[in-house]
Amino acid sequence: MGEFLVRRLLLAIPTLLLSMTLIFVLARIAPGDPALVILGDQATKESLDLLRAKLGLDQPLLVQYRDFLGGILTGDLGRSLVTGKSVWSELLAVLPYTIELTLAALFLGVLFGVPLGVYAAVHRNLWPDMAARLFSLAGLSFPAFVTAILLLLVFAIQLPWLPVISAPRVDDPIDRLRNLALPAFNLGLIMTAYVTRVARSSMLNVLGEDYIRTARAKGIGGSAVLWRHALRNAMIPVATVVGLYLGTMIGNSVLTEIVFNRPGLGKLLLGALGQRDYTMLQGLMVFFAGVIVLANAATDIAYGVIDPRVRYKS
Amino acid sequence: MTAGLIRRFWVNPTSLTGALVVAAVVLAAILAPWISPFDPLEQDIAARLTGPSPAHFLGTDTFGRDVLSRLMHAARISLVIGVASIAIAMAMGSAIGIAAGYIGGKFDACVTGLLDVLLSFPTLLLGLMVVAMMGPSMDNLILAIALTELAPFARVARAPTIALKDREFVEAGRALGFSDMRLVVVHIVPNLLSEVVVVASLWLATAIRTESSLSFIGLGIKPPTPTWGGMIREGFENIMDAPWLAVAPSVAILVTVLGLSLMGDGLRDALDPKGQRD
Repeated sequence: MGEFLVRRLLLAIPTLLLSMTLIFVLARIAPGDPALVILGDQATKESLDLLRAKLGLDQPLLVQYRDFLGGILTGDLGRSLVTGKSVWSELLAVLPYTIELTLAALFLGVLFGVPLGVYAAVHRNLWPDMAARLFSLAGLSFPAFVTAILLLLVFAIQLPWLPVISAPRVDDPIDRLRNLALPAFNLGLIMTAYVTRVARSSMLNVLGEDYIRTARAKGIGGSAVLWRHALRNAMIPVATVVGLYLGTMIGNSVLTEIVFNRPGLGKLLLGALGQRDYTMLQGLMVFFAGVIVLANAATDIAYGVIDPRVRYKS
Repeated sequence: MTAGLIRRFWVNPTSLTGALVVAAVVLAAILAPWISPFDPLEQDIAARLTGPSPAHFLGTDTFGRDVLSRLMHAARISLVIGVASIAIAMAMGSAIGIAAGYIGGKFDACVTGLLDVLLSFPTLLLGLMVVAMMGPSMDNLILAIALTELAPFARVARAPTIALKDREFVEAGRALGFSDMRLVVVHIVPNLLSEVVVVASLWLATAIRTESSLSFIGLGIKPPTPTWGGMIREGFENIMDAPWLAVAPSVAILVTVLGLSLMGDGLRDALDPKGQRD
């Protein structure tokens, strides 16, 4: 197990390095002078030179690349061009809100998606299956901000049950939960759609296996076969794909936070875009890429823990 | 095989529904200049923020512009950006995937590594980064969305190329002295085209979704040109007084994307009649 763990973590390093390089290249292929874009046409030559020096843009490209990677390794993502505060500290300040939202959506997704997927698989090609398939197709098709707006219209404006703007008071757990409800429900819907699809497909595979037929032949009751024998194996792919879906979840949580005006990485990103805060934007992308690469590695490792065959195969 | 595929596609009620919905949206977009009731940019300040009525079927926006007309013209932009970006992603991605699969060795390993990196970025965030850096314009949006969707095409084209390059008919062509280019273009590409087309139909929905999301964030085509995402953004600012402004383009996106997804799923089912994906 130790060897598998080390090997998988080592494998993440080149991917991480390539991701960071891609972000560096993207940030530098921008047409025109970033300093001019940030300060505008009216800026004096002195202020432009000053900003270029501040951003390190007056250095050769290789030196910029070295500083960029060096900064990431030492945990320095630079300073926001707008507030002057460290990108890392601004990011950490709102991160708990995004984590809270993502975990709540994940919880809802597994809570509803697994039973729905299993039920659809057991009733394959009957109407519950058709309904579950249509639901998961719709849930995965719709942009997160569209469903968010429709939920907001129904549950916060037409039926004023929940707050329109999700700005929770940190010290009040009930208020926090009320504010979390709609954004989490929106992301949870998408997650449920995804988990339903994977759980259904995985359960169908398992139900066709020989050991299930053997269990049935030995006279074990339908529900015991389902819950004790089939579900356990069917959940292995579900655990994996849920981890791999994290990237899409981050994108969706950004949109959800924007619609509900909720503090989090999404609002931070939107603010950075609006104010042309390139350091913040670059720092956020580095953070997102790092989280996704590490989550993929963690998912593979978790897969190895749940299913020992994976360790031996790789 | 193609005839069977088309027949299986048309007899499936799901794909048929999807195709009909998409056809209706495409028709409305193409015919928009002739059938839309008003000019999408024509302002009528006296009739601003009026709700749905016989004169303005879907109401008017903050400048008194007809929402239905804007919706129909916005469909043109969404579809053009979606189709153009998918065409570029399909051409470039497939070329990269075929080259990696055909050449193999270290080149393949390098390309696969790069594709893994591209795949690890969420579509929206990568698109957002590119447009934020290059500036929001139609060309940059197409380029950004194409970049985010290159990797799936490369993956889909690479795997069958590896299997096909050692098949007897390719070996025979090689023995006859055909060039690599001819082997690839004449003998390998036609054999993987159907799979690539299915991926294109599935990813077209994602392309339209990404475009509308970027427009909603404010990185789309600049106003007053109507786009679905942009219209939702404008409507969202008036959501308390004029909810129809956000609802109409939302429904347009939902219907189009669902139609495309149903069509893509139907195509995939038609290509895989045994239902192996279950």
